[in-house]
Amino acid sequence: MDTIKLTLPLKEEDILRLNAGDCVLLSGKTYTARDAAHKRIAEALAKGERLPFDLSGASIYYAGPAPASPGHVIGPCGPTTSGRMDAYTPQLLAQGLKCMIGKGERSQIVKEEIARHRAMYFVCVGGAAALLARHITNCRTVCYEDLGTEAVRELTLCDFPAFAALDLRGGDIYRR
Amino acid sequence: MRVIYAEQIKQTVKRLIYEANFFISSDISAAIDAGILAETSPAAVSALEQIRLNYKIAAEERIAVCQDTGMCIVFAEVGQDAHIEGGGFDAAINSAVSEAYGEFYLRKSVVSDPLYDRTNTRDNTPAVIHARIVGGESIRLLVICKGFGSENMSAVKMLKPAEGEAGVLDFIVDTAAKAGANACPPMILGVCVGGTFEQAALYAKLMTARGVDSANGDVRYAQLERTALERINSLGIGPAGLGGKTTCLKVNIHALPTHIAGLPAAVNVCCHASRHAEAVI
Ligand code: SF4
Repeated sequence: MDTIKLTLPLKEEDILRLNAGDCVLLSGKTYTARDAAHKRIAEALAKGERLPFDLSGASIYYAGPAPASPGHVIGPCGPTTSGRMDAYTPQLLAQGLKCMIGKGERSQIVKEEIARHRAMYFVCVGGAAALLARHITNCRTVCYEDLGTEAVRELTLCDFPAFAALDLRGGDIYRR
Repeated sequence: MRVIYAEQIKQTVKRLIYEANFFISSDISAAIDAGILAETSPAAVSALEQIRLNYKIAAEERIAVCQDTGMCIVFAEVGQDAHIEGGGFDAAINSAVSEAYGEFYLRKSVVSDPLYDRTNTRDNTPAVIHARIVGGESIRLLVICKGFGSENMSAVKMLKPAEGEAGVLDFIVDTAAKAGANACPPMILGVCVGGTFEQAALYAKLMTARGVDSANGDVRYAQLERTALERINSLGIGPAGLGGKTTCLKVNIHALPTHIAGLPAAVNVCCHASRHAEAVI
């Protein structure tokens, strides 16, 4: 299978040329955020506060890693179900979010918003967490440390295997 | 009467949590291997190969198979002639969970209040404990570490008796179809038909750990297991939801006596990372 190597942050031309189903290897920086962090981000935005990190052009991996054992950068770190973040995603896209990595389908509204903002949604293999952790070469906590596994982290990915789940031509990996 | 010390229970549960999280049972890895041979699409093959390699890395490097190391569920069959000394039964299990999730670098995923606070308990306690009194003087312990991506896609339905086999079959297949990629397919379905509302759910959970190389002893239910599996695998969901034939590895069905007015059915969805281990003390 042809794989496309991509660097985060994604460029507009990358997003334009991707087709749903494309197999990609992602390198570069992404944040992690899942349920509790999204709730906090939404609350901060509702109050008009500045976010502790810049979403413009950014990527979010929906993941909550297990703790790193000695000698590892990070513990197992596979995707969590993206659909749980759907309620918050339009607000984050409005802040400039360009890329999301997770697993599972998105709501119709979120799919439309992703297309409207020319963003990209990738999925990776759920339950391949130990393997995926091998493709994470650096990890630092950015904010919301009290949330434990749900804190926002900045990861450096290196050839992280994923699939383009949507494309700007209406393609959807889950609707064949 | 035989004395069993709380410390033995604790150490056994700790060991089972360890085994479950780092070593996927051989029946599941054999089913993944078979899936690799059966799939034709590159994406499906790639997903299954990643899953296979993941099991290997987990076992060799002692990295948990999945980051969602779940809620820890303990099914205990306690012999009525066993006498537990040196501490409480539940306390021994909870202390095992607390220590194991710390020492083995497993994720702490439990919140104390479901609705308002959602504060993490920080040691993955409390465990979910289901104890049953049986004959004998030993204690059988089954530990299941259950992730919630798949748990969230599970369902209980109170069918009408008239809906019969077709109704049960549709419910099983619909539940798998709705689970889709969220449940990290290839999935394993634990099903219970009959009993009461809560009993069906409980046995469905047990069925997720019966093994993907097992079959119901009653030929009619064994056939129902096969029919459900075939229908699910023709949905096209495939490994990781990327399309293909390997959507479900096994449907395990348990049947229980029920009421003249009822036909309860429960489907507990489990991902391929089915983490369970058991021991007898
Ligand atoms: S559903 Fe299973 S394999 Fe998927 S993330 Fe949850 S625990 Fe891991």
